[in-house]
Parts: sequence; structure tokens; C-alpha cells
Amino acid sequence: MNGTLKFVQGNEACVEGALYAGLKFFAGYPITPSTEIAESLAYRLPQIGGKFIQMEDEIGSMCAIIGASLTGSKVMTATSGPGFSLMQEALGYAIMAEIPCVIANVQRGGPSTGLATRGAQGDVMQSRWGTHGDHAIVVMTASNNQDVFNITIEAFNVAETYRTPVILLFDEVMGHTRERLIVPEKDEIPLVERLRTSVKGGVDYHPYLPREDGRLPMSDFGGVHRYNVTGLYHDMWGFPSENPAVVDGLIHHLTDKIRNNVHTITQYKEYFIEDARTILISYGSTARSALHHVLNRRKRGEYIGLLELQTLWPFHGDLIREKCKNAELVVVTEMNLGQLYRQVKIAVDHPERVFLANRVDGVFITPTDIKNMLRLIQGRGV
Amino acid sequence: MAIKDYIRERFFPHIWCPGCGHGMVLNALLRAFEDLAISKNEIVMVSGIGCSARISGYVDVHTLHTIHGRALAFATGVKMSRPELNLIVPMGDGDALAIGGNHFIHAARRNIDITAIVMNNRIYGMTGGQYSPLSGYGTLATTAPFINIDHAFDVVELAKAAGATFVARTTTYHVKQMSELFKEAILREGFSVIEVLTQCPTYFGRKNKAGSAVDMVKSFKDNTTPVGSKAKLESPGLIERGIFVQKDLPEYTREYDKVIERAMKKR
Ligand SMILES: Cc1ncc(C[n+]2csc(CCOP(=O)(O)OP(=O)(O)O)c2C)c(N)n1
Ligand code: SF4
Repeated sequence: MNGTLKFVQGNEACVEGALYAGLKFFAGYPITPSTEIAESLAYRLPQIGGKFIQMEDEIGSMCAIIGASLTGSKVMTATSGPGFSLMQEALGYAIMAEIPCVIANVQRGGPSTGLATRGAQGDVMQSRWGTHGDHAIVVMTASNNQDVFNITIEAFNVAETYRTPVILLFDEVMGHTRERLIVPEKDEIPLVERLRTSVKGGVDYHPYLPREDGRLPMSDFGGVHRYNVTGLYHDMWGFPSENPAVVDGLIHHLTDKIRNNVHTITQYKEYFIEDARTILISYGSTARSALHHVLNRRKRGEYIGLLELQTLWPFHGDLIREKCKNAELVVVTEMNLGQLYRQVKIAVDHPERVFLANRVDGVFITPTDIKNMLRLIQGRGV
Repeated sequence: MAIKDYIRERFFPHIWCPGCGHGMVLNALLRAFEDLAISKNEIVMVSGIGCSARISGYVDVHTLHTIHGRALAFATGVKMSRPELNLIVPMGDGDALAIGGNHFIHAARRNIDITAIVMNNRIYGMTGGQYSPLSGYGTLATTAPFINIDHAFDVVELAKAAGATFVARTTTYHVKQMSELFKEAILREGFSVIEVLTQCPTYFGRKNKAGSAVDMVKSFKDNTTPVGSKAKLESPGLIERGIFVQKDLPEYTREYDKVIERAMKKR
């Protein structure tokens, strides 16, 4: 790959990815361990004529990026647990009004102020169900800087394709790990620009009338078409409606557009799954240790593999079932009390073969931790 | 353009109760648009949640109906991306100053070019008559069944202190003045606040025995006086109306252009 070699933190890799994807507007509020994203963009965005604003809180940040996105810009905010909690209501608004945006949540230990400077993966379920009401959401993650860069670009592409918020669920360890990153030349990675309406100004434009393929061509808000945007259930004009058929149609449109595309949206990596008797399933920073362990054991002839999920939601249960069908042991490795583990258990043919190898004490899971936990699970003692 | 060209007839009848002051605010706003002859494509109305916030749906401009209390934050994002647009943010008293109080003072502090209208009916209309931060000591509400012991903000003093560069107050009795103030605020660059004393006969009126909508509007005439008038000296209880602050300070999106200029030099 051609490009510029850099030595950066995960948070900066995220910034590089966002700028590569065409980010033009960022609003945020400082919080450890995500702050470097805001600091870096405060510097970089105005250099390309983009805009940065430090809002009065995370609620305002989320609202400001939604407003900016509507006018046609690619937008993003970044935060961690406490701030992510504050964003939930506006996140639901972006889902309802179908406004593309990217939210990076660099996770720390929770609940509450929790562990500000320690890695954790406790927001897997919050990112799925944090905002109220039935809805679909896309959540992505990665385990090394190059992948953080790539998945950030993918997050923007998915947000624009499906007109949806996309959450990047990183964590403190990933955010602060320094390693190499190659930023490819322009045009090497395909970018998705939002689908814009071909309806001319002065002609009736229905902002919320999906095409046959379910997509909604947008008109930049404040441009040639005047229309209404609301977080209430709405008709094709974007005007509030309580008509049961309209409500039913909209909630299904909002969830189906993600669910029906789970195959296209899902990204994952697999290592030695083919003949593996033991499969580790992991994501984000913990997948680094899991991979390390797998490589170690493979050298010793053990039939072990790793399935690294990069898309957590929509959850691709069929994929998990298929990959795990021949495994004697499936071990989910994560830094929480089993948030993804429970999903995996539901998905596979043999839930009794699924185990959890976790840490929730603020200490990063090392390959040795995984080795020891596997021995315990296998009844071999440490 | 005639007034009716500024409304979305398709979406009428409106949701407001008979006698509600919010329709009078809408009327004055449309008159301001007409007088200024601004193109509808250049106006963006952003509102939150409340009876007042529904005003945006009825106007044929770019309208963004958001969530409770956050309209100014959404508007900030729109304005930052498209500084050439005219941003108007109508809010209820609860929307603007309870749940939205933080965004209100910070938008004022930045002096971002937004016209903020506080439609102050001293009650939460949409949720059925609970007290707001502007109800005032001694009033009654469904959540203050004995007496309200919360003191009210003075919107004008608050906006002044927070840094708004245009601050005014009027009432639904003074529709002509309301229109003039709206025009003034729209033309000015910077954060403008216009407090409009308006009536909610259904809840504030009924709970506080304030009479009919007509009685309430008349009370605005009787209880207010032009700012700086002699009447205020004689009866300090009178509420002043008119322009309180009018000053020129650098506007936020223009200031950000300077940031861009500096940043580009460092490339
Ligand atoms: C986060 C949130 N909390 C509460 C509500 C319920 N709610 C809707 S409107 C409103 C207050 C409306 O009062 P005001 O802003 O004064 O406007 P009015 O209806 O009187 O015009 C409240 C509390 C809500 N929609 N969202
Ligand atoms: S409840 Fe009050 S504020 Fe709401 S529409 Fe009726 S009169 Fe107006």
C-alpha cells in the first residue's frame, strides 16, 4: 500500500480515518480517554476549511452534529461512557430523522464516572439499546491502528449509505496504544457520498418517501427544497403523523434497512477457524491478546482459532453459528460481564459449549490471562 | 410575498387551543418575514418540544423540529455549516430556560447569529400545566397545587448577563412592536433574544384565575410599560418592554473564519 507512514495513538488513527472519509464538522466535549480526538480535530479541521466546536456538554455536541449533517456535511463527535449516556436522546433523534453521523465512544470503566483512565468494554449493550424505543443501530470496532483507521472510514460509508448514526466502540487501550499507521493515498479506499435527490428546486420533494430499494435521497437542508424534519413519527413530507399505517411503516423501514443488510454491513476477521476445535471470539483491544494467544498455541500444534468481530451490531448470528458449528469450545473474550457472550450463546447450535473469559477489574486482559482462563475452562487448572 | 405564501396550508388546522398566544406570535413572525421580503429559502426555523415548538411546522421555510430544550444546539450546528442562512429558534419558557437553559446561556455567550424567541406563557402547556422556571413565586400549577415557591428568571437580565447582543421584550397585546422587534433581530448579526409574554388560557389562565384569553392579553397591556418610562418609576411592579440591549460585537461564525485563516497558515 502506498501512503504516509505515521506513528500514532489509536485516537489519532481514528482522526486520520475520519479526515480521509471527508469529515467536515466535529462538535464535542472533553472526556478521558477520548479527548485526543477532539484536540486533534480542533487543529486539523480548520486547516481544511472544516469546522470544530467545543460545546457546553455532550447533549449539545450530539445535537450540533445532527444539525450540521443535515446541511450536507460529514460529521462526527467523540466521547466516553458518561458523555455517551448524555447523548442517547439525540442519538435516537438521528435514528428517527435518518441523519448520518458517526459517534466514537472510547470506552472506560463504568457505571458512572467509573474508571476514567482504564480500558473496558462495558458499553456493548448500551450502544445497542441506550436510546429508547425499538430501533436498529450500527456499532463497529477494531483492534489495531490500521484497522481503526479503516473501520472509521467504513463507519462514515455506512452512515451515509443507510442514513443512520454509526457508533465506533473503541476503548482506552486502543485509544492510547501507539503503533504504526499507513495513511493511504487519496482514492485508494472507496468513499461513499450521500445519495442526493435529483428532484429540482421548485418541484415537490418528499424527504421521507423511500425509493424502492429503501434508500432516501437527501436534499441538503437549507438548500433548494424546504421541508420539515422531526423526531415524531412522520409521513413522507416529514410532517408529524399518528396514522397507525404510517407509524407501522416507519418503524419497520427504520429497522429493516439495517437488519436486511446485516450481510453487507458486517465486517470481521478470522484466524485459523477452518480446523479449530477451540474458537475464541473477541473484538476491540482484547482481540489483540486473543490473537497473540492463538498464534502462540498454533505454534505448538493446538487447533485453536480466532473470530474477531468488527461489526458488533447488527449482530450477525448466522455468521457466528456457521463459524462455530464444528467447535468443541467457544470462548468469548471481553472486558465486561458477558455482554457479547450472551449473544453468542443465543446464536450457536451448542450453547453449552460457550464460555466467557473476561476481566472487569480495569486491568487489560493479557495473552497469559487468556491462557490461564482457558485452562480453567478446560478443567486443566492453571 | 403575501403572508399566506409563508405558511404551509396543507398542515392546518393547527394544534393550539382557542385563544392561545402562540398563534399571535406566529402571525407577528410572518409579518416580519413579509416586511423584510426575505426569501423563504434563506430562513431556517429550529424548534424543540412544546406547544410553542410546533410553530415551525406551519411555516414554509426550512424547519427542524428537534427534542426538548436542545433547539439552540441543533441550530448551532446548522449555522456553523451554513453561516449565510437566517436562523430563528422559537422556544417555550420551559424549553428555553429549564431543560434548555444551559444551551441558552452558551449560545448567548458565543454571540452566534441566531434569533431566539422565548414564548413565555409561564407554564408547561404541552404536558398539561406544570410550573416552569418563569411561572413565578406564588403562582399555581398542577405540580404546585398549594403555592409555587420557585422564583422566576428574568429573561432579559439573564440574556444580558450571558452576553446576548440584542435583548428585547414584548407581549401578545403589542403585536406591532413584536413584529418590529423580530425584524430588528433577524437583521442583526449576533445572538438576539426576544421574550414574548404570551397567554396559555387553558392551563396558566385556568389555574391562576387569570380570566379568558382576552383578559390575559389585556393584562399585558395593563401590566407593562415601555422601557425607561416614567410609569415604571411610579409603579415599580410594571414590566418593561422594548429594547434593553443593542450592541455590536463580533459574531461567532465570522470569528471562526479567523480561526480557519490562522489554521491554514500553519499547514
Ligand atoms: C426530555 C424530555 N423531557 C420532558 C418532555 C415532556 N415535555 C414536552 S413539552 C414540555 C414542556 C413544554 O413547556 P414549554 O417549553 O414552556 O412550552 P409550551 O408547551 O408551554 O408552549 C415537557 C416537559 C420531553 N418531551 N422531553
Ligand atoms: S395548552 Fe396552552 S400553550 Fe398549549 S396550545 Fe393550549 S393554550 Fe396554547
